[in-house]
Amino acid sequence: MFMLKRMRPVPFTQVFFAGLLFSAASLNAVSAQADSAANRPTPMGKALDGSMIIQFAPNIFPNGQGLPSGIGLAQNGAGLYQAQCASCHGKKGEGGTAQELIGGDGPLSAPDADKTIRTYWPFATTLFDTIARSMPPAAPGHLSADALYSLCAYLLAENGLWGWEQPMGPKELAAIVMPNHNGFIRKFP
Amino acid sequence: MSTFLDRRVFLEHGLRLSLATAAAGTLPLAQAQSLGESPSASKNREGMQTEPQVNQFLASQHKAGQAFSNYGMPSIHENRVIRLIGSNRMVAGNGVSWTPLESLEGIVTPTGLHFERHHNGVPEVDPARFAFTLHGRVAKPLRFDLAGLLRYPMQSRMLFLECGGNSNAGWHEEPMQKPVGSFHGLVSCSEWTGVPLNYLLDEAGIDRKATWAIAEGLDAAATEVSIPVSKLRDDALLALYQNGERLRAENGYPLRLILPGWEGVRQIKWLHRLEFTDQPVMSRNETGEYTQLLPSGKAEQFDFVMGPKSLITSPSYGQTLGSPGIFEVRGLAWSGHGSVAKVEVSADGGKSWSTAHIDGPVMPKCFARFRAAWKWEGKPAVLQSRVKDDQGNVQPTRANLIAQRGRNGYFHYNAIVSWAVDSDGTVRHVYA
Ligand code: HEC
Repeated sequence: MFMLKRMRPVPFTQVFFAGLLFSAASLNAVSAQADSAANRPTPMGKALDGSMIIQFAPNIFPNGQGLPSGIGLAQNGAGLYQAQCASCHGKKGEGGTAQELIGGDGPLSAPDADKTIRTYWPFATTLFDTIARSMPPAAPGHLSADALYSLCAYLLAENGLWGWEQPMGPKELAAIVMPNHNGFIRKFP
Repeated sequence: MSTFLDRRVFLEHGLRLSLATAAAGTLPLAQAQSLGESPSASKNREGMQTEPQVNQFLASQHKAGQAFSNYGMPSIHENRVIRLIGSNRMVAGNGVSWTPLESLEGIVTPTGLHFERHHNGVPEVDPARFAFTLHGRVAKPLRFDLAGLLRYPMQSRMLFLECGGNSNAGWHEEPMQKPVGSFHGLVSCSEWTGVPLNYLLDEAGIDRKATWAIAEGLDAAATEVSIPVSKLRDDALLALYQNGERLRAENGYPLRLILPGWEGVRQIKWLHRLEFTDQPVMSRNETGEYTQLLPSGKAEQFDFVMGPKSLITSPSYGQTLGSPGIFEVRGLAWSGHGSVAKVEVSADGGKSWSTAHIDGPVMPKCFARFRAAWKWEGKPAVLQSRVKDDQGNVQPTRANLIAQRGRNGYFHYNAIVSWAVDSDGTVRHVYA
């Protein structure tokens, strides 16, 4: 046990790292080889109840982990896009005050390489994740799962990576192989 | 041949100067005044001697000063030393603000001038409702309130923090003509104080298969990135304080993840949770952005560490040298791999180099301030600096960096910076 009020002005971390503890009984620096469990700070974490986690915006992984159930169609996405996205990303997704979302040509080895969702992004799940948590900027996190699948279906269809008539849900989205899927050299791990 | 003087020159000179001032300080007041402009004594109509007119710069000695203030601000005469903002026209909270490196000295960035990169503004976080959560692949999912976090043992570290996109105008074909801060100012240096994350990880019991954690902020982009658990174990801090006071809102109040030496995008502000997993989340900020496209068409991903970098802050673009003579060349150096081991300066575009003096103490993953006495003859010169860190990494020339990484890398630009001094004393940015 350590007593805060009895602590001498020694940095706490130093106390822990050095394996030294001060206590009421041993005011002077006693180099007791305290076992590591007794050497840890008082745990302040409280058990988390599951309902808290459900409120978090899901982290959506490339394998589809985190994707909500739902279904969308490119046609529906087209309307949503014009109403909620076109003002910044352009009527045809060609870009405006914000990035181009539809288009991008040429090899990435070109001197003026065009890095877009179509040419550069390795995973389709990233598109869902980005829109779900951050778009549109004035009201992020408000689009329903169906609206999100529709927007993804629309943007991917316009990029030639999805069919206009094909319904899209979690399985379909996670199964899409993006053109630049193998374009990354991982420096870690 | 270099025109740099021995690096001790200014130190010795400084000593002489201060002795001279000390001597001046012992002069009687009247005599001391006569060294400057003489106060204009005048006679009135009756020919009587009146009070001498007080010199403007002494006026403050003759009236009561301002009262106390609850929180000090910079002098009103320094109100042009500000962060310049570059933000999205439609989304005011998307963009950056730059640290004005050209106007600052030493190694500490004033907190109000720490650079910003926000994706959708600065959130207002209520500390009373705040909770930090560890979940996912852990034995015990836990939440911590601020009172709880504040009770843990803390650690303070002086650390630079640099945006992965800093200096990216260096990739441009033509050298950009802007002050050094509006070009390289997405880097700052602070003392960060907080809880070593290790304590909390032990408490939650991280699954052995959990090699990654997904960190998320409470901002309106719910910014999320993946971080290797090994880094969290190694030296991550849950920062609560910056430069001695609780975090500013724009720097992550109430909690920021600090990952010494790593690119800024990973050091999540307004941090509220870490989800432990066996894979990275592959968020936009680690796939579409903050990855470096190479000439081959492949891109490097998860290149976390900010490489060795140095730059001369004075003289630099926008400044003008006065009459020829001796100048102190001043600058900053840092490396995300470790400590600055050596800084060299050149006045001939890299043909010859001299070792600069470094102000101590030199700390790992922290700014170092370097200085060199330089004799300017009034002729054109090209000033450069280069740093070597204690892990053997050397700052590359621009030509080498581009030969290796092409011009589409965008992120992690750390080449040598060149300032051309013209014979009239103006300073331009050049590629040399
Ligand atoms: C008010 C302007 C605005 C609106 C409206 C808007 N966005 Fe955005 N969007 C942005 C900005 C700005 C960014 C860049 C964000 C950043 O830098 O972090 C962005 C980024 C994105 C990205 C990432 C692009 C990339 O290449 O990195 C996607 C995808 C996206 N938005 C989709 C959408 C969708 C879908 C909608 C409609 C639901 C939408 N946006 C509405 C401004 C807007």
